[in-house]
Amino acid sequence: MSIRHGLLALLHRQPMYGYQLRSEFEATTGSTWPLNVGQVYTTLGRLERDGCVSANAGSPAHGGGGGSEDPQGEELQKTYAITDLGRTELTLWFATPVSRARRPRDELAIKLAMALVAPAVDVAAVVQFQRTDTLRALQDYTRLKTKAEDGELSWLLVLDSLIFAAEAEVRWLDHCEARLARHRPTRVGMVVPPVTTTQNLPKPVPS
Amino acid sequence: MTTASGRDSQPVLQLRSLSRDHGTGATAVHALRGLSLSVDAGELVAVMGPSGSGKSTLLALAGGLDTASSGQVLVEGADLGGMSRRDLARLRRRSVGYVFQDFNLLPALTAIENVSLPRELDGTPARTARREALAALTDVGVSELADRFPDAMSGGQQQRVAIARALVGPRRLLLADEPTGALDSETGESVLRLIRRRCDDGAAGLLVTHEARHAAWADRVVFLRDGTMIDDTGRVSTVDSLLADGAG
Repeated sequence: MSIRHGLLALLHRQPMYGYQLRSEFEATTGSTWPLNVGQVYTTLGRLERDGCVSANAGSPAHGGGGGSEDPQGEELQKTYAITDLGRTELTLWFATPVSRARRPRDELAIKLAMALVAPAVDVAAVVQFQRTDTLRALQDYTRLKTKAEDGELSWLLVLDSLIFAAEAEVRWLDHCEARLARHRPTRVGMVVPPVTTTQNLPKPVPS
Repeated sequence: MTTASGRDSQPVLQLRSLSRDHGTGATAVHALRGLSLSVDAGELVAVMGPSGSGKSTLLALAGGLDTASSGQVLVEGADLGGMSRRDLARLRRRSVGYVFQDFNLLPALTAIENVSLPRELDGTPARTARREALAALTDVGVSELADRFPDAMSGGQQQRVAIARALVGPRRLLLADEPTGALDSETGESVLRLIRRRCDDGAAGLLVTHEARHAAWADRVVFLRDGTMIDDTGRVSTVDSLLADGAG
């Protein structure tokens, strides 16, 4: 997740204090990506260094009052505003699809691949255990969705993303289960080539 | 959940060690094998599992449309196994509502006639049945469609009418078989939201679906495989069995 571009997007709306940015970021994405204040100020420092934001002492355009309540002193009283360079970077971010190759490796897929080659692991149980857990997460997301208001569109979209991703994982696990049920190793405990359940995995990312 | 009637202390639906076999001997098919499940008032339980796992058999047995080879089905405490066909038909009319993927509304009847029909068949005076039907249609947000025929309604509207019919009058057990299968994603979600709300209002729901996203609207999700329940999200899972004996 690009905190950098998330902050730029929020500053594109209006100048803000760092503390306000944190609150707005979390309000927009729910509690999905909680940020600590340190992350926000570190990122703002880099953005300022790169010329994407400018920092000024004083109140943000539309108030908000976050700065005066902040305990960390006058450094936190700075108002940040997006610059032309920042707008260009933001535009580029929105215009560039997120590359699948740059996403983190899927631990679950690797775990199942490893379960298949490790001797005497009950792979079906691993699949079932994971599916139940993913479904519980799906239930949690759905409960959050029932509580979300129609006006919270950003949050609803993030929730939908989590819901569809969890659903895809359950479907993939169903698929794994069906493949496992059809698969018959010739000898109990032998090392089984992982080709049957790993063909849907994303290509490995070079480290 | 309890109400002033005191009847809610028992589950609306109880399945006890339920088995259903088709055929005998070497060709026997065991559609369900000793399955037990309870659904309380106010609870929605989703059933998932691959094709042939016993989901539809489970629903048919729960609704008294099929007979178990062994075990018991109790609806509001009444054992379906001990009932005459006439009593069973009456119980289905009074207590059990089905919602299907293809809505199953009678095309020659208006929405309100579709919903009031089971009440009238059960001996309720027409005026009372109509009043109950209108209340049920109001509950699902389509009272303005009361005099419309099914072919003049969208799929989502028809399914709402079907849910009204399933829970009209005293009916408290909703059995839904892939109720969103014929609907687009957003309409399907609105139907699930409605089923959820009707259960929150006190109905007991059993929802068969192959979509995890839809099952997630339920309080519990149970998985079937080969006629047995292999997991339940309402149950604490353990990792004891993940490594087979002698592993390593």
